[in-house]
Amino acid sequence: MDVKLKRDAILDNYQNPANRGLPDDKDYRQVNSRNESCVDNITVAAKIVDGKVEDVKFDGDACAICTSASSVMTKELKGKTKEEAEVIIDNFERMINELPYDEDVLGELNIYNEVYKQPSRKKCALLPMNSIKQIIESK
Amino acid sequence: MLNREDFEILNTGIIYFDNAATTQKPRSVVNKIVDYYTKYTANAHRGDYDISLKVDEEYESTRDKVKNFINAEDRSEIIFTKGSTESFNMIVFGFMAHYLQKGDEVILSKGEHASNLLPWISLAKQIGFTIRYASLEEDNSLSMENLKEMINSNTKVISLAHITNSIGDVRPIKEIGELCKENNILFVVDVTQSIGHLRVDVIENNISFLGFSAHKMLGPTGVGVLYGKKELLEKLVPLEYGGGMNIAFSSSGEYELKELPFRLEAGTRNIAGVIGLGAAIDYLENIGLQNIHEYELELKKYLVEKMKTVPNIKIYNETSPSGVLLFNVGNYFSQDVAIYLNKFKICIRAGNHCAKMLQEVICSTNTCRVSLYFYNTKEEIDKLIEALKDQDKILETVV
Repeated sequence: MDVKLKRDAILDNYQNPANRGLPDDKDYRQVNSRNESCVDNITVAAKIVDGKVEDVKFDGDACAICTSASSVMTKELKGKTKEEAEVIIDNFERMINELPYDEDVLGELNIYNEVYKQPSRKKCALLPMNSIKQIIESK
Repeated sequence: MLNREDFEILNTGIIYFDNAATTQKPRSVVNKIVDYYTKYTANAHRGDYDISLKVDEEYESTRDKVKNFINAEDRSEIIFTKGSTESFNMIVFGFMAHYLQKGDEVILSKGEHASNLLPWISLAKQIGFTIRYASLEEDNSLSMENLKEMINSNTKVISLAHITNSIGDVRPIKEIGELCKENNILFVVDVTQSIGHLRVDVIENNISFLGFSAHKMLGPTGVGVLYGKKELLEKLVPLEYGGGMNIAFSSSGEYELKELPFRLEAGTRNIAGVIGLGAAIDYLENIGLQNIHEYELELKKYLVEKMKTVPNIKIYNETSPSGVLLFNVGNYFSQDVAIYLNKFKICIRAGNHCAKMLQEVICSTNTCRVSLYFYNTKEEIDKLIEALKDQDKILETVV
């Protein structure tokens, strides 16, 4: 995918994010994450039923990378089993951290495969994953 | 533009506008530190040989320089710390923990840095004294009227920044110091943002305690100063015990501590850092704080005028009389703006600037901050403006 297409996809998810807005529903578990430079502030809410991620939503105040990555993450994880979700999260983290990874499982999350070139952006991309991991591990 | 040639980094094309976070270091400060490490490395206050005595001389001469710089009465009133944060923790947990009682009131403001808020909040939970926040005016400067109204017979301490790191407003510390004197209130001042920019006089301003960090005034990181009036500092209970601060101790459990200032400087201090701080003070005295302040005001005026020619800019502190400018560009997230400017080697700060309560006041959680110093230039500001005028390109930096 060329840079322009990736940029357009990231910006589209930033400006029109999917699954934004936290549900007022006790079946969802919420985890807030903030990054160390005190800027991005994202809350992810997920409903996990019978080992499956039935729904994921997010909200917060964050930069283009963090907001868009949250949006794409919700789309990619919705409907997956916990195990499948863990594989996606693990490979996404590996991609951002420049380790070998399986791009076939990442779907649209592959648009972040050049984030590593801007080290200050890595933590932004990883922030929503921090929240969802805690939710998945807790159930 | 003042003394730019002393800062090698400024020849690399970097435009450094994050001086409220830390300042660049002139060659003379770096050389002074290198000299200690290459020519006379030894511990302080320990040896009977020449290079150790040379260390004592340099280390203690910095104490004299600090004393003169802030016009303290006695050199023993100057304690070297790791930085402002440690200074404030010592004031709060070493002194106030034994001074304040339930029912007492401490006045702070929501514009303070975390280091002048969290220690108080933490101690208040233990002791049960009350923290009251002096309100801010429309331009986010401190409301003196409100401050006066808040003072009552329970008010024991007022602790405020001289210049805030976010708004950059300059508090009238002389007037507040007088108020404190009239009402028998201790006056604690965070001069971290002002010490390298404006003259601070502890006697003229009736300051009980103050704290600052060397790295925000051309000095090295990891060293700072705690000043306390002698009679107060005498009552400050050390938070650290160990070598260098005791006279004698025995297995019976008896111990005797040294006099000030050594009692409050346990362990081997940041000797190189302290010596570097001395060189930073020499450097600042040489340029003159008044010259620095005047030049910063001229730069800020220029920056504000130019920023107003850029579309979609919201400025939060146009009138504050220091080199700090807080702004946002349209609906762009501050961090996206900062990362975009980095492409032009322009260094600014995005976020909440460690003043997390301020967002309750200015209704914006995140802002961009430009903070100027004497080595910045109008040409650098022009480059910032040019980049901001091209704001449609801000989000192109996502890939």
